[in-house]
Amino acid sequence: MSKYETVIGLEIHAQLLTESKMFCGCSTKFGNKPNTNICPVCTGQPGVLPVTNKKAIELAIKTAIALSCKIEPSSVFARKNYFYPDLPKAYQVSQYELPLATGGHIEIEVAGQKKRIGIIRVHLEEDAGKLVHQGADRIMGSDSSLVDYNRTGVPLMEIVSEPDIRSPLEAKAFMETLQHLLQFIQVCDAKMEEGSLRCDANISIRPVGDKKLGTKTEIKNMNSFRGVLKALGSEEKRHAEVKEAGGTIIQETRYFDDTTETTTGMRSKESAHDYRYFPEPDLVPVEPEGAWISEIKKTIGELPEAKKQRFETECGLSAADAELLISSPVLAAFFEQAIKLHDKPKIVANWIMGDLTAYLNENKKAIDEIDFTPAQLVEILKSIDKGTISGKIAKTVLVEVLKSGKQVKDVIAESGMTQVSDEGEIIKIIKEVLKHNPGPVAEYKKGKKATIGFLVGQVMKASKGRANPGMANKLLAKLLAES
Amino acid sequence: MKIDVEHVAKLARLGLSEEEKKLFADQLSAIFEFAEMLNKLDTKNTPPTSHAIPMKNVLREDKVVPCKNVEDILANAPEEEAHMFKVPRILE
Ligand SMILES: [Zn+2]
Repeated sequence: MSKYETVIGLEIHAQLLTESKMFCGCSTKFGNKPNTNICPVCTGQPGVLPVTNKKAIELAIKTAIALSCKIEPSSVFARKNYFYPDLPKAYQVSQYELPLATGGHIEIEVAGQKKRIGIIRVHLEEDAGKLVHQGADRIMGSDSSLVDYNRTGVPLMEIVSEPDIRSPLEAKAFMETLQHLLQFIQVCDAKMEEGSLRCDANISIRPVGDKKLGTKTEIKNMNSFRGVLKALGSEEKRHAEVKEAGGTIIQETRYFDDTTETTTGMRSKESAHDYRYFPEPDLVPVEPEGAWISEIKKTIGELPEAKKQRFETECGLSAADAELLISSPVLAAFFEQAIKLHDKPKIVANWIMGDLTAYLNENKKAIDEIDFTPAQLVEILKSIDKGTISGKIAKTVLVEVLKSGKQVKDVIAESGMTQVSDEGEIIKIIKEVLKHNPGPVAEYKKGKKATIGFLVGQVMKASKGRANPGMANKLLAKLLAES
Repeated sequence: MKIDVEHVAKLARLGLSEEEKKLFADQLSAIFEFAEMLNKLDTKNTPPTSHAIPMKNVLREDKVVPCKNVEDILANAPEEEAHMFKVPRILE
């Protein structure tokens, strides 16, 4: 047991799923040619008038509701002034003193223990541009930089947690839970590796039992869940080592290096930041009315935890199965559409989590990235129920439909894999089998009843696996008794 | 009120001569003193004013409107490379 307690607070930036930028009509599309999604507004030309994107406000309110925050009656955009080449206006527009929402929480789970983490605020701001450093792969030591302003002005939502997090593992769990929530309510695609979900951390340590917080450092550049875990792990260790050696922690910003898995302090010439925030005169306050908030609330739908509960109680799924299905909003939606068409949730869930997921994993695809509908899965499952195909052949049919994109009924027909449930046809096959296996037949008659298993096997083989096994069994017993 | 004109100039990335420092310090102090008149008023029950006009919720629909003069904007770049703005190294 360590003698120190770690205290972590997180600041999350999430890119909102809008078509256009925060204050202008430029596209937010990722991966376009540099400096093609720019205009006089987002590059800060004189005399332009920014206008707030309604959808961005709605997505942030949606998130705030999902995080049980209070929507503030009035929020105001401010200018945060500083010079940096990725910021063409020389100020970033951000909500500062009056954020959109305050005071919420989210529940995380670490090693089976549930814990509530407070949310201080949710506010809106605009993203900066992208710097491409030349002459070095890092900012230090590069000769010059190239700037792409396509990302400048893309709507960002900042979520600030209370310093309620007590370990790097909890920080990782917080990020994962938040990612899941943002994806579920469809406000952000929340991919850390692609930068649509980013996280900075404030971390400090204090002797166990102390109330007073230790000096904190701010950690940046953690670009993955693993990065969060490694960066905070190495930083809490560094704090302890400095204190043990009798030193003091300096309040500073430190960058995480993926390759060394440690953090490094960055020398800054500016001693202290002086952002001189003041209200953005070109943007009027946002004052969401009750009716608007109610409309937005309706678009949230069921939150992940509630959905999981319902899958367990209403659909009779195990906790583990329900957890797996809600792990991705699109997978959960697929399941729900399928059981609407076929009221056998356990069977549907098994097929989704079994053969379908196996195919998706193998091809590294998400369910919404392939051309396969819940109706198609249900068609296959109904074919089993009707006896058209066996459960075993259904697996082959599923894979073939997934691979070829063909219709289910065409795959079944073309494959010649339909199950034979015609009594006359099965009897014909059985008679052939009995004729060619006089030995086993004689043994069966002498009382060795187990031999019927072998004979059923022969019937299945002769029918190329297509004979309805139940019928084959029954008819074989009948014919043996008669002969 | 005394203005730290050197600090303000540094934040604005302005290089000022000694005469200018003196000139602007005096001017800025006068502006501050003028604004300080407001302190005489009782504002206990007045919410801070962020805007002088009584407007709120001026919003636009989320629609992409491509810009027609992208090249004109890029033409303002001090130097251009690969359709990007080329700037000197950022940190010493
Ligand atoms: Zn723009």
